[in-house]
Amino acid sequence: MPLTDSLREDILASVPNLRAFAISLSGNGDRADDLVQETLLRALANIDSFQPGSNLPAWLFTILRNLFRSDYRKRRREVEDSDGSYAKTLKSQPNQNAHLEFEEFRAALDKLPQDQREALILVGASGFSYEDAAKICGCAVGTIKSRVNRARSKLSALLYVEGAEDFGPDDTVRAVIGSGR
Amino acid sequence: MMKDSKPSPGKGGLNAEIQSRIGHQLRAMYDDVVRQGVPDRFAELIRKLDGSGSSHPQVTPAGDFDTKDNGRD
Repeated sequence: MPLTDSLREDILASVPNLRAFAISLSGNGDRADDLVQETLLRALANIDSFQPGSNLPAWLFTILRNLFRSDYRKRRREVEDSDGSYAKTLKSQPNQNAHLEFEEFRAALDKLPQDQREALILVGASGFSYEDAAKICGCAVGTIKSRVNRARSKLSALLYVEGAEDFGPDDTVRAVIGSGR
Repeated sequence: MMKDSKPSPGKGGLNAEIQSRIGHQLRAMYDDVVRQGVPDRFAELIRKLDGSGSSHPQVTPAGDFDTKDNGRD
């Protein structure tokens, strides 16, 4: 459809969520804003292919997610520079304890496989239904559900289970290792 | 020595309290960015396109990207 004023306003209204998604995915504020900018340019250039009445945020998230994926493949071997750069994008500086907890959470989130991280963010933070998240990620609804469950499970192991630096051994193995000391 | 008093994910599902804490932390992280609103650079970018025939920004469409190739049908 053509770019009407109301469509432009709707795109604008999606920007805060797109930024939050991009930062959650990449852990890097500058890179996230580049992703958002590229997403908007792609969306505007392809606006004719947007179906009126369909889910605009889902359409925009799909573009951003695909851009991040192709970008990620290119950068996979580069040294990540995400330490601290995300925290700098926060307007309200959290107090020290909250900040530490936040850094731990961020670090744990970064350890998730990308499939699981994006599924968890889409469903748990962006508020998409499993169905919309599945469309955005191009997979089955059941796959999204299972990724979200595995993401939660892994985060809880990383953050709340003592000694679970790696999520390798299952509970039984860990119990055996623990009792053998 | 390993502590085993910490709650751990059980076989049948996650500890509900942990799940709720993870959900809260995730949304706190996300919403902090959402609350920053729309940075000027994006507002300007969108507004300067007037939708009357000039809806093509100066961007080179990359050949390896298709907005419709990802399960939307």
